[in-house]
Amino acid sequence: MDLVKPIPRPSGTTRPFWDGLNERKVQIQRCDGCDSWVFYPRTRCPSCLSDLLIWREVSGQGVLYTYTLARQPTAPHFADETPQQLAVVELDEGVRMTSTLVNVEPSGIVIGMRLQPYFDQVTEAVTLLRYQPG
Amino acid sequence: MGLRGQAAIVGFAEFKHERKYNGPRLFTIEQWSELTAMALDDAGLQLADVNGIACTDIRESAMFAPATIVEYLGQPVNFAERIDLGGASSVGMVWRAAAAIELGIADVVVCATPALPIPSNPEPRAIDPRRFFQSSSNEWGSPQAEFEIPYGNLAQNCGYAMIAQRYGAQYGYNEEAMAKLVVDQRQNGALNPLAAFYGKPTTAEEVLASKMIADPLRMLEIVMPVAGGGAVVVASCEVAERCRHRPVRITGFGEHLAIKTPTYAKDMCDTPVGPASRQAFTMAGLEPGDINAAEIYDCYTITVLMTLEDAGFCAKGEGQRFIMDSGMTHDGNFPLNTHGGQLGMGQAGAAGGMTQVVEAARQIMGRAEDRQVSACDNVYVSGTGGIMSEQAALILQGG
Repeated sequence: MDLVKPIPRPSGTTRPFWDGLNERKVQIQRCDGCDSWVFYPRTRCPSCLSDLLIWREVSGQGVLYTYTLARQPTAPHFADETPQQLAVVELDEGVRMTSTLVNVEPSGIVIGMRLQPYFDQVTEAVTLLRYQPG
Repeated sequence: MGLRGQAAIVGFAEFKHERKYNGPRLFTIEQWSELTAMALDDAGLQLADVNGIACTDIRESAMFAPATIVEYLGQPVNFAERIDLGGASSVGMVWRAAAAIELGIADVVVCATPALPIPSNPEPRAIDPRRFFQSSSNEWGSPQAEFEIPYGNLAQNCGYAMIAQRYGAQYGYNEEAMAKLVVDQRQNGALNPLAAFYGKPTTAEEVLASKMIADPLRMLEIVMPVAGGGAVVVASCEVAERCRHRPVRITGFGEHLAIKTPTYAKDMCDTPVGPASRQAFTMAGLEPGDINAAEIYDCYTITVLMTLEDAGFCAKGEGQRFIMDSGMTHDGNFPLNTHGGQLGMGQAGAAGGMTQVVEAARQIMGRAEDRQVSACDNVYVSGTGGIMSEQAALILQGG
């Protein structure tokens, strides 16, 4: 079966995040109502429900919060990535995001390690934010 | 706040859980009829006594499941709930039924979770591509479709594995403790004729040699999908007086939801079953030390470990030592998942959590035969949906 990998379909709310990745920049929202960082992008702040969410560029750097090696594909689309190096990254701003780890062997993965962005342009329109040691 | 213990489980029914089901194929509504008939018969009640139902989804109708069921059963009701809490649905059904009964809007509520295969469709539809994403939503606008699935973070195994890895980084990870948990539960399951692993205990060596699926979770720490299903009848204490068994009073409950994807949990190692259980114990006026048996939702070993800690049976970070130091078979000092849990019975979809509810009732009624816990009056039950996303707890007490 020929399966196309699922890719994000940005909406009006989330587009600045994906547009930023296409330009090799990490942009996330900051709430002017309560001074907290927000991820994933929303129309209102999940801490205070304010709609004063401002896009800010950040370094994109962070630490590895947790990971797993999925030794069976989580869906057939990912069979070529086995073992999938799935990760949760905590950005220096405190928000967490899901990603995958690249440029690292399984034996080199340690929770708490410093990570930096790896911009992976998967289609003409979409760049995924993967992570590598840094 | 809360229940006054005036509703009770008065009867139950359970299909045999089997990996390869060769029995008659029945639609979900037909299975609902079977389970209702079996559970009412067990209680000593009639269809005409029923005035409430609690259900999950049914295969025959994407919408209006409760109305479809009551029409098929032929019994109008005053209370109908469709619960969408995954593996926590059964616990969610029981407390909602108890609340409806204490409010006086129903006095006999059937809660059923059928999960046998349905007849094959003579006009099969094209494969729905959504099936690849299982319990994750790839719908337009879904946060999972945009921020999880493109990275491959979908379905259950990898989410639970990442929670377990984080737990290990914070508190240490002892594979032997996790293996012992499986061994003790499978020993209980080996005594349960309705379990997929009836007569099939396992060893720690076998668990530790089983295939790594998503680090650190091995195959025998993960439930096996099976066919099955179960039901309970919840009734008012007045009705319970004319039923056949010792009433199993519902004296405490709690339910807590915070996230769908664990990435966004405030603290991945602080699970929703904590607040749910604290509420349940407070409502019942009991402490974890008062519990005679714990029927803890066990989709994975890590779920049981974290529930033991967050529900207060042991301190945070002490769960693995607690498992190593406790006898967790039905005749041990901490009887846990005395039916084998889902690791011993197999997991029949959303019916998985019903096995824990049914076993709690069976133990309090004194009907667990070879695996009966002596003097079993107070039982703790938990349910877990999604990836530690929604969790619920019950305190059940003999009447």
